[in-house]
Amino acid sequence: MFGILRTLWLTFLHMAHRRVTVGYPEHKPPLPPRYRGRIILSRDPDGMERCVACNLCAVACPVDCISLQKAEQDGRWYPDYFRINFSRCIFCGMCEESCPTYAIQLTPDFEMSEYLRPNLVYEKDDLLISGTGKYPDYSFYHVAGVKIPGKDKGEAERESPPIDLHTLLP
Amino acid sequence: MTAPMPVIIGVTLAILLGLATFLTWFERRLLGLWQDRYGPNRVGPGGILQAVADGIKILFKQDWIPPFADRGVFVLAPAIGMMTVLLSFGVVPVTAFWSIAGTLNVGLLFVLAMMGMGVYGVVLAGWASNSKYALLGSMRAAAQMISYEVFMGLSVLGVVMQAGSFTMRDIVLAQSGLWFVVPQALGCAVFTLAGIAETHRLPFDLPEGENELGAGFHTEYSGMKFGMFFLAEYAGVVLVSALLVTLYLGGWEGPLLPPALWFALKTSALVCLFVLLRAALPRPRYDQLMALGWKILLPLSLLNIAATGAILLLHAPG
Repeated sequence: MFGILRTLWLTFLHMAHRRVTVGYPEHKPPLPPRYRGRIILSRDPDGMERCVACNLCAVACPVDCISLQKAEQDGRWYPDYFRINFSRCIFCGMCEESCPTYAIQLTPDFEMSEYLRPNLVYEKDDLLISGTGKYPDYSFYHVAGVKIPGKDKGEAERESPPIDLHTLLP
Repeated sequence: MTAPMPVIIGVTLAILLGLATFLTWFERRLLGLWQDRYGPNRVGPGGILQAVADGIKILFKQDWIPPFADRGVFVLAPAIGMMTVLLSFGVVPVTAFWSIAGTLNVGLLFVLAMMGMGVYGVVLAGWASNSKYALLGSMRAAAQMISYEVFMGLSVLGVVMQAGSFTMRDIVLAQSGLWFVVPQALGCAVFTLAGIAETHRLPFDLPEGENELGAGFHTEYSGMKFGMFFLAEYAGVVLVSALLVTLYLGGWEGPLLPPALWFALKTSALVCLFVLLRAALPRPRYDQLMALGWKILLPLSLLNIAATGAILLLHAPG
């Protein structure tokens, strides 16, 4: 009996409590930078595409929503097309973890509703951003030993010049 | 001073139905307030048009009768539920001059009779639905409502003894000195509990019991027929609040403010109390409900009658 009255009173006091609800469209909840939302493709500090079309993201994706095709230009690999079907994507972040070049990244943006399902298929134009995303200084071709125009073998960061095999001859 | 009868009936009906409709929204907002959330706040200012939106939606739903149901009774049941509640309001005196039949000499008995009729709405709904859960719900409703009716009737007898009349208007007038809630505190408590059980509101909503019976007696109902049960329930909340005000809280009486406003204030405070009960308390088990009724409330109301009678006899002149 007393317990019931106490319950009633305590519930009544909740009138003075602050509401937990966040009125979403008016008040956007603060999302942490590592929130797993809309997927983007980033560029390196030089403004070139980071993606090297290695297909690791497509392999890692548990729902097979990534599809891409490799192309090559001046020694650099890049995706000919890069397609993410967001109607399948479960935003697990496996693609970001598997990416060797920090190209594919998940962002704190989840507002991507569409009326038509085909509109949820994002092409490379939709995914590619002009910035570097979460890793401002990383440039894959400047740490990798691949030769590209303007950077010969052995000129990458912390890379020694290739050894001339002829000098090793006895 | 008294308005013509058609006007009174029309205004009462309009206010009641409007009130029952908007109570659906009001209750959800109030529940939200007590549960640290908002409730419906999108449609219209403060979400008040949510009731209208719900009404439009429910009106345009397919009016479907299950092929296995007993058609005639199935259609009749929600009408009975609604009608008995609305008829009961006829004898509630809003003020000394504003009531449909506040001076009816068997007013209180009429209310009790209508509440007894109200059981048919629920029971027939479950019976005509011809489905397991609906039948179980209506079986519970029959047992619950009939047993709580017993001491609902017994608990108000103290009031009748003190006022010396079954007329609702005279009962209010008899409270001009002291509201009956003071001498009849026990009766008031029993009446409140019985009233909650009678309108099968939470925490005594076992006939519905969503988590065990689907939706109880109105499992098979949809569209506006379900809407009528819904409205009848909310009108029932208003009715029990208004009855409590009339019988125990001095009806329209109060200082400064006009009588009608006092009546409205008291009634709405009690409606809020009903919502608070819903916000705070879990549903008892079915056998607990029956045990509470027969083992505690019935003896208490009998005790109340005996004590009231004894005191009245001792103080009787001569």
